[in-house]
Amino acid sequence: MTTNLPTPGLRDVPTAETPMTRKDFASDQEVRWCPGCGDYIILAAVQGFLPTLGLRKENIVFVSGIGCSSRFPYYLETYGMHSIHGRAPAIATGLATARPDLSVWVVTGDGDALSIGGNHLIHALRRNVNLTILLFNNRIYGLTKGQYSPTSEPGKITKSTPMGSVDRPFNPVSLALGAEATFVARTLDSDRAHLTEVLQAAASHRGTSLVEIYQNCPIFNDGAFDVLKDKEQAEARLVRLEHGKPVRIGEREWIHDAHADDPSRAFEISRLDDGTMAHVPIGIFRQVERPTYDDQVRSQLTAAASTQGEGDLDALIAGSDTWTVSHAPS
Amino acid sequence: MAKQVKQLDRVIIRFAGDSGDGMQLTGDRFTHETAAFGNDLSTLPNFPAEIRAPAGTLPGVSSFQLHFADHDILTPGDAPDVLVAMNPAALRANTKDLAAGATIIVDTHDFTARNLTRAGYTANPLEDGSLDKFSLHSVDLTALTVEAIKDFGLTRKDAGRTKNMFALGLLSWLYGRPVESTEAYLTKRFASKPDIRDANLAAFRAGWNFGETTEGFAVSYEVKPAPMRAGTYRNITGNLALSYGLVAASVRSRLPLFLGAYPITPASDILHELSKHKRFGVVTFQAEDEIAGIGAALGASFGGSLGVTTTSGPGIALKSETIGLAVSLELPLIVVDVQRGGPSTGLPTKTEQSDLLQAMFGRNGEAPVAIVAPQSPGDCFDAAVEAARIAVTYRTPVMLLSDGYLANGSEPWQLPDLDTLPTIDPCFATAANHETEVGDREFWPYKRDPETLARPWAIPGTPDLEHRVGGLEKADGHGNISYDPTNHDLMVRTRQAKIDRIADSIGPLEVDDPSGQARLLVLGWGSTYGPIGAACRRLRRHGLDVAQAHLRHLNPFPSNLGEVLRRYDRVVVPEMNLGQLGLLLRAKYLVDVIGYNQVRGLPFTATELEAVFTTTIEELHR
Ligand SMILES: Cc1ncc(C[n+]2csc(CCOP(=O)(O)OP(=O)(O)O)c2C)c(N)n1
Ligand code: SF4
Ligand SMILES: [Mg+2]
Repeated sequence: MTTNLPTPGLRDVPTAETPMTRKDFASDQEVRWCPGCGDYIILAAVQGFLPTLGLRKENIVFVSGIGCSSRFPYYLETYGMHSIHGRAPAIATGLATARPDLSVWVVTGDGDALSIGGNHLIHALRRNVNLTILLFNNRIYGLTKGQYSPTSEPGKITKSTPMGSVDRPFNPVSLALGAEATFVARTLDSDRAHLTEVLQAAASHRGTSLVEIYQNCPIFNDGAFDVLKDKEQAEARLVRLEHGKPVRIGEREWIHDAHADDPSRAFEISRLDDGTMAHVPIGIFRQVERPTYDDQVRSQLTAAASTQGEGDLDALIAGSDTWTVSHAPS
Repeated sequence: MAKQVKQLDRVIIRFAGDSGDGMQLTGDRFTHETAAFGNDLSTLPNFPAEIRAPAGTLPGVSSFQLHFADHDILTPGDAPDVLVAMNPAALRANTKDLAAGATIIVDTHDFTARNLTRAGYTANPLEDGSLDKFSLHSVDLTALTVEAIKDFGLTRKDAGRTKNMFALGLLSWLYGRPVESTEAYLTKRFASKPDIRDANLAAFRAGWNFGETTEGFAVSYEVKPAPMRAGTYRNITGNLALSYGLVAASVRSRLPLFLGAYPITPASDILHELSKHKRFGVVTFQAEDEIAGIGAALGASFGGSLGVTTTSGPGIALKSETIGLAVSLELPLIVVDVQRGGPSTGLPTKTEQSDLLQAMFGRNGEAPVAIVAPQSPGDCFDAAVEAARIAVTYRTPVMLLSDGYLANGSEPWQLPDLDTLPTIDPCFATAANHETEVGDREFWPYKRDPETLARPWAIPGTPDLEHRVGGLEKADGHGNISYDPTNHDLMVRTRQAKIDRIADSIGPLEVDDPSGQARLLVLGWGSTYGPIGAACRRLRRHGLDVAQAHLRHLNPFPSNLGEVLRRYDRVVVPEMNLGQLGLLLRAKYLVDVIGYNQVRGLPFTATELEAVFTTTIEELHR
C-alpha cells in the first residue's frame, strides 16, 4: 500500500514505505566537479532534502542538459537522464505528461537554460507542466572552460570576450515571470537552510517551478556572488522574500504577496537588482495556482474515454465508408 | 431516348479549379462514389503552395486526379482522359498534360477578357481553335448552378460556390457513379445550415440531370467494378493509414502513444488525426519547435510510452541531435519523415524522396538507425506497425520515410485482420539482470539480449532498477560513463551490429520475375512502387521480361539483397532524387546499378518508366 502526500505537486507520486536517508539517494558514481565547486553543496543539499519528501525513489527522475551542472543526475540514486544541450525541459515535458506518478526534476545551467534552451524554458513555464527546474546560475559557461553566458555582467572579460562582453544579460527571474511562470524563486548555493526550504516549496507546487540557484564556479568565475555571502555585506544586500511577511529596503516597506494573480509586482521586485547586487531578492517571488498542462492533457483523455467509450480499433480503422467484396468476380 | 452507354476499362479524370473552388472536396467525393462502386482506384491531389493565391491566377490552381478501373491499378495515371476546368487558369495550367482526343469540360463563366489575361492567355482558347484536338464541352456551369438553386435564397457568391457540386453531379452521371454517399455526406456536412445543405444537394442533382438531358453529352460511360480479394474495403490516404498504424501499434503493444510534433506540410495531418483519438489514450503534444517535439517524445519513451515524432525534411534537420541521443540511450522512438521537395523550404506541397541519405547519415558520430518506407497510401499502415515493431524490439529510433505523394494520395484499402499484426512486446525490465562477483544482484542497463543485442528497457517507477542514461559514452554492460578507447570502439560496433541484426527479423527481399527470364531488375523504394509496377506490367504485356523488387527496409537491407542484385545483368533504380539509394547500393554491394532520377515534385509516370525500361532491355539485347 502506498499513501500519497498532501502536497499538490506530488499528489500522484507514491510514497516510500520506510523512511529513507541521504545515503539512499547517493549513487555509486564518483563526483567529478572541481574542488570547491558550488555544485557540491547543492548536491549535498538535494541528497539531504530528497528523503524528506518521503517518495519512492524509483518514482523520482532527474533530467539534465549539458554543462557541469548537468552532471547532477549521475550522482543521485534515482532514475535520471543526462540529455543534450538545452533540451531537458522538452524531454521532461514529455515524461511528466506521460507519467503523473513521477516527480520530475530538471537540472540546467545558465547557458543550458537561457542560451541554447531558452525556447524550451519559456514554453515549459507558460505551459505549466508539473516539474521542478533547478537553474544553476554561475554566470559563466563552466564546462566549455569559461566563455561568458547570458547571465554574465556587461563588460565581462572572458576567453571569448577579451575586451569585455557587449551583451546585455538576462535576469532569469524577470524572464520567468514574463513567460507566465507560476512559481519562481531564487536561492544561494551557500545557504543550505534557505535552499532546502525553497526546494520543498518548489516540489510541492503543482506546475512548473523555476528555482534559480546562485552557484559559485571557483575556476572560471570565482566570487561572483561573494558580496551576497560576505557576513558584513550580505544582510544589507539580500532582500528576503516570504509570503505575508514584511520586506524592508531602506525607507520602503511592504508586505510580500507571492500569491498575487498579477505578476507585475513580482516583476518589479525582480528588478530591484539593477546588476550591482545592491539589493538582491531571494526567496519565492511568485507562487500561484493555475491548471497544469499535463493534468489538462490527461483529463481530456479521461473525458474522451468516458464520453465516447474506450477506443475500438476495428471501428476506428473501418471508418464510416466501407464496402464489402464477397467473392472475386471471374 | 435513353443515351448510349459505352464500356471503358479505365478512366483518368482531373478536376482543376481555383483553390477556392472546392476541387479537393469534389475529387474526394468522386473518389468515395467510385470506391463504393467497386472500381480499383488511385488518386493524386495537387495543392498550390500558397493557401490563397490570388483568384484566377496559375499559382492559385488546385487539382485532384483520379484513376479508376475495372482491374487492379497502381498509379493515379499519367495523362488525364477528362479534364474538368473551372476557370481559364485551371485550363491553361493543365492542358499540356492532356493527350490528343482527351475530353475537356470547361466552366465558361469566368472566361472574361480580364480573367483570360490574368491566366496568361492572349486569345480565348475556347474560340481560337487551339483546343481542336480535344473534345471540348464549353458549359456555363456557374450560371446553370445559380439558376438551379435560385429558390434557396443564397447570395450570388454562396450560390456560385456550389458549382463544384454541379460539376460533380455531371461527372457522376457521365460515369454512372452511385450518388448515395455524396448525398449523405452533404446532408451531414451542412446539417447546421439547411439552406446551404439543400442548395448543394440541388446543385449536385441538377448537374446529374443536366448530363442526362442535354444534347451536349451523347454518351455516358461504364467502368465495371474491379475484381478484388474478398474482404471489407475503405478508401484511405497515406497520412490517415500511417496514423491508424501508429494507433494499432499502440494497442498491440499496450504502450500509450505519445506524439510530439510541430506543424509542417505535408506531415501535419498526422498530428491532426492523432489528436482526435484521445479515447485510445493517445497524447498529442504540439511543441514549440521540432526539437521539443522529438525531445518530449523521447522523454515519454523513457517513461514507457510509444514515443513518436512526425515531420518533414526541414524538421528532421532540427531533430538530428535528439535522434543521436536516442541512438545513444537505445530507447524506442519512431521518427516519421513525410518527405517533400528540398533543399531548405523547397517545394512544401510537392513530393520527393531526397531525405534517404539524411535519414541514413544525417547525424554526428556513427549513429545508425533503422529505416522503413511504405510503398502505397494503404501500405503506410503496415509500415507504421513495422516501424513500431523494430523500435520496441530493438530499442532504437526508426525512421519512417513517407512522402507527399503517399501522404495525400489515396487508394482502396482492405481492412487488415488486426489479430494477424506482428506482436510488439515491450518486455519491460522488472528485476536485476546481473550478479556481481560477490553475489550481489544489480541492474545493468546496457547488458544486452544476446539474440537482438537490445538492451533492457527499465522505466521509472520500477523499484531497484534506478539508473542513469545519457549521451556520453557508456561502458558496455553496466552503462556508467566511460572514456575508455576500446570500450568506445566496442560500443560503436555494437550499436551498428544491433541495427544489422534487424535483418534477421525481416525476411528476404522478394523479386517479381514472372517468366524467370528477366535480365533487367528494377529496384525501387517508397512511393515509386506504383509507377514502377505499372510500367513493368506494360512491358510484360508487350512480351518483354522484367523483374521488379521493392525495398521496405532501407536500413538494414534484407540479407539477400546483394545476391539479388548480382543475379541480373542490369539493375535500374528509379528514384525521385539524384540517386541516393543507388549510392548506398554501389557502396555496399559494388554493383553498377543505373539510376533513373527526376525531381520535378511529381511522381514518375508509368509511361516514362516504360520507355526507360524498354530502352535498357533493348540495349541488353543489342
Ligand atoms: C549542441 C551543443 N553545443 C555546444 C555544446 C558545448 N557546451 C557544453 S556545455 C556548454 C555551456 C554550459 O554552460 P552552462 O549551461 O552555464 O553550464 P555550466 O557548465 O556552467 O554548469 C556548451 C556551450 C554542446 N555540448 N552541445
Ligand atoms: S568549471 Fe566551474 S562549474 Fe564547472 S565543475 Fe569546475 S568549478 Fe564547477
Ligand atoms: Mg553556467
